[in-house]
Amino acid sequence: MTLHIGQSQRRENARRHLAGRGRFVSDLALPRMLHAVFVRSPMAKGRLVEIDTSEAEQSPGVVRILTAAELNARCKPWVGTLDHFAGMQSPPMSILAEEEVLWTGQPVAMIIAKSRAEAEDAADLVMVDIEDSEPVTDGAAALQDGAPLANSGARDNLCYEALLETPAVNEAFADAAHVVEASFTFGRHTAVTLEPRAVIADFDPSSGALTVHHGTQTPYQFQDVYARHFGLPEGKVRVIAPDVGGSFGMKLHVYNEEMGAVAASMILERPVRYVADRLESFLSDIHARDHIVKGRMALDAEGKILAMDVDDLAPVGAVSAYPRTSAAEGNQVIRLMGAPYNMPDYRGRLQVAFQNKVQTSQYRAVGHPIACAVTEALVERAAEVTGLDPFEIRARNLIADDAYPHVSATGYQFEKLSHQASLAKLREMMDPDALRADQARLREQGIYRGFGIASFVEITNPGAAFYGVGGARISAQDGAVVRMTPSGDIHCAISVTEQGQGTETIIAQVVADQLGVSPERVSVTTGDTATTPSGGATWACRGAGIGGETALRAGRKLRERILTLAGALLQADPATLRLEDGAVVDVATGEARITLEEIGRVATYRPDTLPDGVDHSLTVAHHFAPSGYPFDFTNGIQGSLVEVDVETGIVRILKHWVVEDCGRIINPLLVDEQIRGGVVQGLGPAFFEECQYDADGQLTNGSLADYLVPMACEMPDIEIAHIETPTEDTILGAKGVGEAGTAAAGAAAMNAVNDALRPFGARLTQTPMTPLRILDALDAARKQRTDP
Amino acid sequence: MKLPSFEYLRARSLAEAWALHSDAGGDAVYLSGGHSVVPSMALRLQAPSRLIDISQIAELHGVELQDQTLRIGAMTRHAEVLANPLIARHAPLLSRAAPHVAHPAIRNRGTIGGNLALADPASEFPAAVLAMRAELEVMGPEGQRMIAADDFFLDLYETALIPGEVLTAIHVPLPPEGRLFGFDEIARRRGDYAMVGVAAQADMSDGVVSDASVTLFSVGVAPTRATAAQDALEGAPLSSDSIARAQAALATDLDPPDDPGFPAERRLQLARVLLGRVLTRMEAVQ
Repeated sequence: MTLHIGQSQRRENARRHLAGRGRFVSDLALPRMLHAVFVRSPMAKGRLVEIDTSEAEQSPGVVRILTAAELNARCKPWVGTLDHFAGMQSPPMSILAEEEVLWTGQPVAMIIAKSRAEAEDAADLVMVDIEDSEPVTDGAAALQDGAPLANSGARDNLCYEALLETPAVNEAFADAAHVVEASFTFGRHTAVTLEPRAVIADFDPSSGALTVHHGTQTPYQFQDVYARHFGLPEGKVRVIAPDVGGSFGMKLHVYNEEMGAVAASMILERPVRYVADRLESFLSDIHARDHIVKGRMALDAEGKILAMDVDDLAPVGAVSAYPRTSAAEGNQVIRLMGAPYNMPDYRGRLQVAFQNKVQTSQYRAVGHPIACAVTEALVERAAEVTGLDPFEIRARNLIADDAYPHVSATGYQFEKLSHQASLAKLREMMDPDALRADQARLREQGIYRGFGIASFVEITNPGAAFYGVGGARISAQDGAVVRMTPSGDIHCAISVTEQGQGTETIIAQVVADQLGVSPERVSVTTGDTATTPSGGATWACRGAGIGGETALRAGRKLRERILTLAGALLQADPATLRLEDGAVVDVATGEARITLEEIGRVATYRPDTLPDGVDHSLTVAHHFAPSGYPFDFTNGIQGSLVEVDVETGIVRILKHWVVEDCGRIINPLLVDEQIRGGVVQGLGPAFFEECQYDADGQLTNGSLADYLVPMACEMPDIEIAHIETPTEDTILGAKGVGEAGTAAAGAAAMNAVNDALRPFGARLTQTPMTPLRILDALDAARKQRTDP
Repeated sequence: MKLPSFEYLRARSLAEAWALHSDAGGDAVYLSGGHSVVPSMALRLQAPSRLIDISQIAELHGVELQDQTLRIGAMTRHAEVLANPLIARHAPLLSRAAPHVAHPAIRNRGTIGGNLALADPASEFPAAVLAMRAELEVMGPEGQRMIAADDFFLDLYETALIPGEVLTAIHVPLPPEGRLFGFDEIARRRGDYAMVGVAAQADMSDGVVSDASVTLFSVGVAPTRATAAQDALEGAPLSSDSIARAQAALATDLDPPDDPGFPAERRLQLARVLLGRVLTRMEAVQ
């Protein structure tokens, strides 16, 4: 019989979405629903003197204007720290600013009206008097002596610092034949989901129950947050995440606005809807990255990497995000440095700083692109000083495929990776000799092409090691309830969630194979705390690896139940039976003995005909948490080919290659789509995406005309190949793939741009690599040559 | 963001449009494709009490070959500018500019008249119209005026239109055989506002340039005619020498804005590079 694991299948919900039959929070209208708009601070830093709402209250359609005194009292403040980040500080945050405003766009008042348009009309009439003060905008300046406090609730502007160090790191640098070094700046960018953040909070005073329709990745996390911060029993809180139009990590953080909608619904006892518009998305969604990194790499005479020494400064806004913190990204940056390589020694220092901008926090491929770009740029420089080509230096340093288990210098444990095989495969795909020949020929014509490669590891399948150990109430496990219907169809309710990546499709494939049915007979429910078992949901690459394993084990449990029942009906030993093509089959003869439909009929309508004591329940539940390794690492390598117009600084991205090893592949089509989407989200911030602020802390490009997302015209063909090294921690063997594309695309592209610019001696170390930055680098190199 | 409340009225004739405009005491905006007015209202950058839809008025429609000119109705959509064979033949700079204007969904709605009346300094069509030395047909309660493109674009989002007047058509003088045209822009993504753009046309007689017309966009508050660059080309063969002189002359013609994110010097440099490329690749309509 055909197994569905390993087969390409289209996303089950794609046709529905294309037909305009999506059911997003933004589409939902509840009876007596009100609309919320927030009045926001126009300044990055200041003291709130007065808010005058008297004129706005008379505006047509306004139901209520809520200020901090009334709204904040409903909600326990939240604090974005974790216990395992020792010494971390972050002042408490409430829904509305009380005395001090901390970033441009921070909510200061909430208008509730009969329509969003009327609420916006009224918002224009609220007079906010803020005595402004000097904001802290520059990350490096934030930590200098005498810098003003970004947040007067904090001891100083240092949110968190960490140091990782092996004992022999100084000796490694002292003894090195070569040391290469560089400084890097990685700009801020943001998620720009198709559907913005959306919430409808619906508090029912008659039952004391709160239902929140919330476009989020993590309904259970928010059930817990709402219960604890609004003083409600958990059982009275239901969170429903219907279709969610993209998330990428951005929709699992606690935001002032969502908390405000819940508080307002409890005050007004009516449903309250808040849907961010695009400007608000830019002003209030978490931003990503923003790192200033100094890196050094020590090598011996043969080009073997001895050590890295890295200093990461990460400004994160005026408070740390809740409940996952804004330190997790920097923490991963310093731990992922040099991860693909046999690197005995390491020093990594992280400083997380407060500043007066909207907070940064987890976004697709947390920390990965930064660590990868720094490591791979230094490897590229190492290749230059040692005279090795980019493939050769990596072949000498990547962890050998038979050298596992391996522990990195930063303490990560790798079960089994395939760096060398991936490198070999990439070399075959790219044909670097032909690329070099083309490059040389075209340079004669004034055309400057370059290619670059970048190896990476990706953290997937996190258990409790990510957040649980730090005291965060973020589930490390997932759960599934699988049942057979009276007609022999299968239903799976599972805690992992769907935001467009195809979670529901792969869960159906996995369950189908356990029960010998086609995936079309398996329906999957996700995203509702009232109808699915509790679990961590979809983030940091858990959908396939943890969700898939949960579904697999639940499916097998139901299989045992069905076979036991069948054995009783057929008077056969269940061990002689298996499930295939919707029927119970004799293992020895392959003969179909009884259909699932018939078993469903008997178990449901005629259980009286079964022998005494046979359990006829056809619903099972199973929860699974990863044990064994704290994370399942995956690996891969990417290549980029670009052409730089050295007169205009415009880059054409000509081609991108990815070799990736995510363990067992459940659905090749969706895996490739994950990788392609990830690559685009890596190339975006490498070339286009940047949240630009002026010196006063004003975001100056908060629209899609000014903030450039990567578009199809500018994106290259992306060629993908796979190595499959399943994890032995699970039966399924799947690891994650969501971060892989994003992890190394920018690093490969930066190496490619610098390869193209090599004849000029120009080098880019800042992203995005805009035309003006490329021209600046060319000018700087020219100046260096003429005026050394 | 949501639009503030407003009154929407559709005019069936120009006379009705003027009357509706004058009734509103100036607090009205004409609506054609809506791709600038509506977003700016949603962003609450403007809040007119009345929108007067002029998209159904017959005089504003159609592309028509007249005696000396091609008359392009103001309601002609960008998509039609891109596809229309008369425009390709007689106003080729518009055809060449059109693929750079936004994306197909926007080109299906946006109109050339609306675009010109808005006078966005980063927009392609104003520079193309200026380079072709077109005349803009304007009608108001006081009658019809023909305004040379050189006199139409005054300042940032400011034109020679007086309140109540409607831009009804663009008249492009029919080009002589063999006229050379060039258009290009530097943009970070296809369809973006240009970092800098160039539109140029020139006639060749006896192997030398006559009547060169060179305009740039995204270099200041309005589309800009590069008169010194034109002079550098005039009377000389179109050669690397004359092109280099024209490039150098841009320092006289342009006074680009200087902002920290995009210094004036850099914009001038890009303008020179682009002008060189456009002039090198000038070609006649086939």
